[in-house]
Amino acid sequence: MAFTLNVNGAAHVIDEEEDIPLLYVLRDTLRLNGAKYGCGVGQCGACTVLRDGAPVRSCVVPAVSLQGREVTTLEGLRAPDGALHALQRAFLAEQAGQCAYCIPGMILSAAGLLRRKPSPTEADIRTALDANLCRCGSHNRIVRAVQRAAAELSG
Amino acid sequence: MSAPVSRRSVLKGSLVMAFALAGPDVGWAAPAKKNGLPQDLARTPGLDAWIRIGEDGVVTLMTGKVELGQGILTALGQLCAEELDVEPSRLRVVSGDTRVCPPEGPTAGSMSIPNGGAAVRQASAEVRALLVDMAAKQLRIPAKRLTVRDGTLQDTGGSARITYWELVGGKRLQREATGTVAPKPAAQRKQVGRSLPRVDLPAKVTGEARFVQDLRSDTLVHGRVVRAPTPGASLVSVDFAPVTAMPGVLKVVRDGDFLGVIATGEWRAVKAAAALAATARWKERAPLPVDPHAWLLAQPTQDTVIHSVERPTDVAPTRTLEATYRRPYQMHASIGPSCAVAAWDGATMTVHTHSQSVFETGEALAKLLGLSKEHVHCRHQEGAGCYGHNGADDVAADAALLARALPGHSVRVQWSREDEHTNEPYGSAMVTRVRAGVDANGDVLDWDYALWSTAHGTRPGGEPGNLLAGRSLAKPFAQPEPRNGGPPNYSADRNAIPLYAFPGQAVTTHFVKAMPVRVSSMRGLGAYANVFSIESFVDELAHAANVDPVAFRLRQLRDERAKAVITRATERFNWAGFQRRPHHGRGLAFARYKNLAAYCAVCLEVFVDPDTHVPRVVRAVIAADAGEVVNPDGLANQLEGGLIQSLSWTLKEAVRYDARRILSRDWEGYPILTFSEAPPVDVQLIDRPEEPFLGAGEASQGPTAAALANAVFDATGLRVRDLPLTAERLRTLREIQASGHPG
Repeated sequence: MAFTLNVNGAAHVIDEEEDIPLLYVLRDTLRLNGAKYGCGVGQCGACTVLRDGAPVRSCVVPAVSLQGREVTTLEGLRAPDGALHALQRAFLAEQAGQCAYCIPGMILSAAGLLRRKPSPTEADIRTALDANLCRCGSHNRIVRAVQRAAAELSG
Repeated sequence: MSAPVSRRSVLKGSLVMAFALAGPDVGWAAPAKKNGLPQDLARTPGLDAWIRIGEDGVVTLMTGKVELGQGILTALGQLCAEELDVEPSRLRVVSGDTRVCPPEGPTAGSMSIPNGGAAVRQASAEVRALLVDMAAKQLRIPAKRLTVRDGTLQDTGGSARITYWELVGGKRLQREATGTVAPKPAAQRKQVGRSLPRVDLPAKVTGEARFVQDLRSDTLVHGRVVRAPTPGASLVSVDFAPVTAMPGVLKVVRDGDFLGVIATGEWRAVKAAAALAATARWKERAPLPVDPHAWLLAQPTQDTVIHSVERPTDVAPTRTLEATYRRPYQMHASIGPSCAVAAWDGATMTVHTHSQSVFETGEALAKLLGLSKEHVHCRHQEGAGCYGHNGADDVAADAALLARALPGHSVRVQWSREDEHTNEPYGSAMVTRVRAGVDANGDVLDWDYALWSTAHGTRPGGEPGNLLAGRSLAKPFAQPEPRNGGPPNYSADRNAIPLYAFPGQAVTTHFVKAMPVRVSSMRGLGAYANVFSIESFVDELAHAANVDPVAFRLRQLRDERAKAVITRATERFNWAGFQRRPHHGRGLAFARYKNLAAYCAVCLEVFVDPDTHVPRVVRAVIAADAGEVVNPDGLANQLEGGLIQSLSWTLKEAVRYDARRILSRDWEGYPILTFSEAPPVDVQLIDRPEEPFLGAGEASQGPTAAALANAVFDATGLRVRDLPLTAERLRTLREIQASGHPG
């Protein structure tokens, strides 16, 4: 079936099966790399994107259900001139990541948090990221990166 | 506590081999040199196999080592830029391409800087010397008048200048390394020893294609493999018809028990694989040992005394203590399940893979496909962190087999979470028993250590029988008999030889060849369980002697660098000034990884909730001496990451299974540490720029586990010897204690 999906500020006409999760449309149809496949059952957060600014697990959200909504992926965080988002800069400044496969999901979950709560405490950040799994043990650097971005955005 | 194992029974048991060693510092994996060259350079001495100078001013560094998230490409680039005197931004690094990179074996064992780094440093120094010599001849001036800055050679006594790329003119260097050029002394280094940012991270935070999962081509199609529900199950029947009729399905492939499907879109492939799985009928068995530790102790074993030191005195011990420790099966549990992209053009199989062993896996794939190895081209492309031998090689075989069935297409095979959790080779369950006879001061006179384990190394190694698909074909490749590979202290017995100066020592490995649960190399191999056991028991001995665990360790160590990391860690932790609070405890543990790589000491503070028994790590200090440090921030990231990962293993992780099936099929069935559970970590590096590199990527795993158990004991008086160290175990131990029976 055909439906329209707004991704990163552009409307796309998608002709895919009715049950296709958003993740597969983003990666396979729209060729966007930001959302990662991690578990397919909404447990790890690697596939996190924003739906109208709030984090969702794209691996379990049917793409069809997002008609009329705005979807933002990692690629959509950059400014129109290509400048990196404060979170992207902060993750680089803190060297927050090892393999970094989980990092796109971390950045989008953090973006959702900062939109909701511009000056979060460290505990707020940890709680917000508890459902995003990191296996390399980069947790503390990721928390520092979010704190750095929050300070920049609210300062 | 288990039944006593006497030293006599250990030594007089059914030993088939015995090694007499002078001490723990056997040189099997020290940074080896051959003909004055680092071993990787001796194996591939042609300088243009490592470095090429392009006419465009781009310097290409080729390495057989691969990026696993550990930052190796950044560190190797620093070493190359340093010795060549070029800016790091001038470098292009090509890694893990079997057609163009020097074969350096697997990227594993904390050996990439000691071996690969040493080779890059020497090759770069030799190329620089060669280019300076060429410039001197061309400019007709003495070489010593030349300085080099970012590839431009300048005559310090005149105005003449020339660049590397003008000198070379796009040609290859065609010279071999001689070992006669000395790399820069420590005082002259500008790039090495600095925390340069990782070269791979920018693409990863912007979503550029960096991972193998992101590769796309115009001929890309998606494959999935349907695996047996039980290890060793055989496929009785399967009905292709409903699957081939599904939209987008291009091909269903069956070869014996190997079953796969290829479709035009990824979601279509996912659904087709589910449909195929639904029609497949398997004959299952019940091969899994439900109590792995009882099973290990009941198996026939290959017994080896790997270390034996006769005590020179005959003073009788005043007391003998012993304990048994157990580690469960644990998984690598990569955040990104394994993936590969393969294409068959009728002559060559090209495989994009995140394997740690592109060269050896390429050979295994060639045998699997009946091709000569020249016709399999493996190209490393990053995956998610692997921490050892996970599904990377298996999925490469899956992709190659499916690609052969559909020539002219790039076939991308993405394992599901369940595929990865249930099929990857785990870190082996282990049992260790340690017994010590101590003198009146509580110091050790006789140390007797034994371990039971299945294999820690079943990487492909050129053998298709080590690949899941290879064992599944109608004409299967036999799985090679698992071995306890390498010299003593290497594999299951990694770090089984204590670094302490105990007068009498015996260390025995009981290796179990059977492998009902698939196992292989996981970060640290046996060192995780062995260091956990040794450092827990040393803590038990210190408490039995009523001596501070720090002082107890220091007085039985003779290695000054070992003492230095313990001292640094305990000072930063403020061990001496530790303020006692209810339900809080402190713990220390130490090891030198493999007894010849990095020194590492860990101090932890824990809080154990008196009602729920849930242990929480409040803070951590880790001190390490990795010799010369190439990139301090990269090293700190690895050490801290290893500590947090080891806390996850130690607090939470055990593969769940019954006699038939693996039950840890997703993250609910195999929980790992979360942000709220990760403590702040203070990383202390002792940099020794004049000393050789000491690999550190796995150094944190063992000490962290023991420091945790020791801190929990300090907080609760409960000694946990079975991992993982969960609230349930603490509750059980508390109940046993309350009932008056000894734990």
